[in-house]
Amino acid sequence: MNGMSLIVKKITQLMAGIIFLYGVYVMLHGHLTPGGGFAGGTIVAGSFILLIVANGIRVFGLHREEQLSSAVESIAILVFLLLATAGLLTGAMWFFQNYMPHGTPGNLVSAGLIPVYNLVVGTEVAAALLTIFLGFVIYKAED
Amino acid sequence: MEALLPLFVVIPLGFAFITALLGRYIPLFHRIAIPLVFLFLSVLSVWMMANLRETVLTYMVGGWEPVNGIPVGIHLSADGFSVLLLVIINSLAFLSAFYSYAYIEQYTSGHYFYALFCLMVAGMNGVAVTGDIFNLYVFLEIAAIASYALVAFGIKKEELEASFKYQVLGGIGSLFILFGIGVLYWATGTLNMADIHKIIGSTAVSPGIVFAGVLLLAGFGIKSAMVPFHSWLPDAHSSAPSPISAMLSGVLIKSIGIYCLLRFFFNIFTASSQVAYVITTLGVASMVIGAFLAIYQWDIKRLLAYSSISQIGYVVMSAGIGLILLCNHGDIHVAALAIFGGIYHLMNHAFFKGLLFLNAGSLEYRLKTRNLLKMGGLASSMPVTSSTSLVASMAIAGIPPFNGFFSKLVIIVAAVKSGFYGLAIIAVIVSIITLSLFLKFQRYAFYGKPSESATTEKDVPFSMEGTMILLAVCCLLLSLLIFPFFRNLILMPAVHALMNATI
Repeated sequence: MNGMSLIVKKITQLMAGIIFLYGVYVMLHGHLTPGGGFAGGTIVAGSFILLIVANGIRVFGLHREEQLSSAVESIAILVFLLLATAGLLTGAMWFFQNYMPHGTPGNLVSAGLIPVYNLVVGTEVAAALLTIFLGFVIYKAED
Repeated sequence: MEALLPLFVVIPLGFAFITALLGRYIPLFHRIAIPLVFLFLSVLSVWMMANLRETVLTYMVGGWEPVNGIPVGIHLSADGFSVLLLVIINSLAFLSAFYSYAYIEQYTSGHYFYALFCLMVAGMNGVAVTGDIFNLYVFLEIAAIASYALVAFGIKKEELEASFKYQVLGGIGSLFILFGIGVLYWATGTLNMADIHKIIGSTAVSPGIVFAGVLLLAGFGIKSAMVPFHSWLPDAHSSAPSPISAMLSGVLIKSIGIYCLLRFFFNIFTASSQVAYVITTLGVASMVIGAFLAIYQWDIKRLLAYSSISQIGYVVMSAGIGLILLCNHGDIHVAALAIFGGIYHLMNHAFFKGLLFLNAGSLEYRLKTRNLLKMGGLASSMPVTSSTSLVASMAIAGIPPFNGFFSKLVIIVAAVKSGFYGLAIIAVIVSIITLSLFLKFQRYAFYGKPSESATTEKDVPFSMEGTMILLAVCCLLLSLLIFPFFRNLILMPAVHALMNATI
């Protein structure tokens, strides 16, 4: 498959970056506005999927892409676990302890670890959805 | 010691993703590291059991202290019953993972197998340690979804079909459970198990709580494959790779089915005798129908799967008798005896059914068939498989001095003492049917005329033999639990944990 027409390709190229940034925005403001890691992650994954759909499935090295996204997914979960387990070693020593300074409620940099968790969850969800999508595409392409 | 509770979830979860990451590049990493991880966890759980006794551990995740006595945040808690379950889960996971060392060579991408295996164990450990019903649902789904994928691991036609059937029925079960949890949250306003028990105990019985009870009974009935809901089990458990069948039949249906059922109806709801009668009836039906369905099977793993339904019936019936006595203010000691019999049989069943599935796996590994009619005379060429399966068959059929005899004896004595003579007679008859179906297994697989189509020169590799021998020794050693010293150390804390809230 060679993808769609030039107009669609150009428009998706322009839009993908903006969609990606919007996903990052939703992730970063997870502790202030509705949304958060999961919602932001799906939006980020959407920007990648849009590019793949518009440009046709041969354009990317799909197998390498799939390996990379599944590796990112595993790493994101491991980072999440490390952040949570680090709570066992600091301060009052509780699992999932929020050991970073809490800041003023309402500011972007506040709520301690929660924005960090949101970013990691967002990365994980984006990578996982992309892996699932690539799994389907590879299955279809090899058929 | 409370600080150890999260480790039971974190360590397998972490290793699941480390395996997914590194297993692709380092071929032996997962085959060596994962059994060691489970060995560590089982040692840890045994140590906890030895030190815990009758106390209840509570752990507040994130350090969220209760506000005005009302718990906020997620609590982990462990009492005698959860720690017993942790010991069963982790020790059987260790043995199955060690068995897989040689078995998994038949498949490509073994690292995914170990990653999913770790996820399943993380979910089951989570179910055992959690003290929060929504958290319980999340862990239950982790274990269940990992097991759907593992059932389909061979990606042949039957395996995919079995996995699809399992997913549909498991999904309906999960839906019932989630709906039940939602109704319970609506009725009580909290998700913490201890808090729900306190609120239900202090208010009049409302229709919402009864409805939640019915939904949860149906949901966990599907998860533990009790008879009207059993149709997914024989397909799923016979299609999975054998170490996974051992885990599914030995541990999964107990931890996400029976354990949750007993937790909810003993420790969370105020027990009512109607529910207790329903549970006992389900148990008796599973016991009888499972055994009769098993007789007609010629596929070894289907035979074992149907017999799992029947043996689970013993556990449920026995716990149900205990609950009936507790509700009707019968003799507390007889109730304790009945619950003790149920939990003892639950533990025994994990070990002998695990061993039998591993035996079936060994036969399949060498002969590439599961059909009993195509086997025969294997006792001389596969001595270890043959002798260990004889031990397991005698244990499951209830022949002294193996563990199955003592647990069935306790269940029958408890049924007689509580006045359910009919149930005692049914239990004896089902035990005889079980004996006959395992004699059939022995006769067609290991004795009789050697067949031409399926023969083998040698027994299975060391890791598989070693695991089977260890499990056979466990089958013999577990009969020591009938003696008061070991009983009070290992099983009675679990019985008291279940009974404390109900009395």
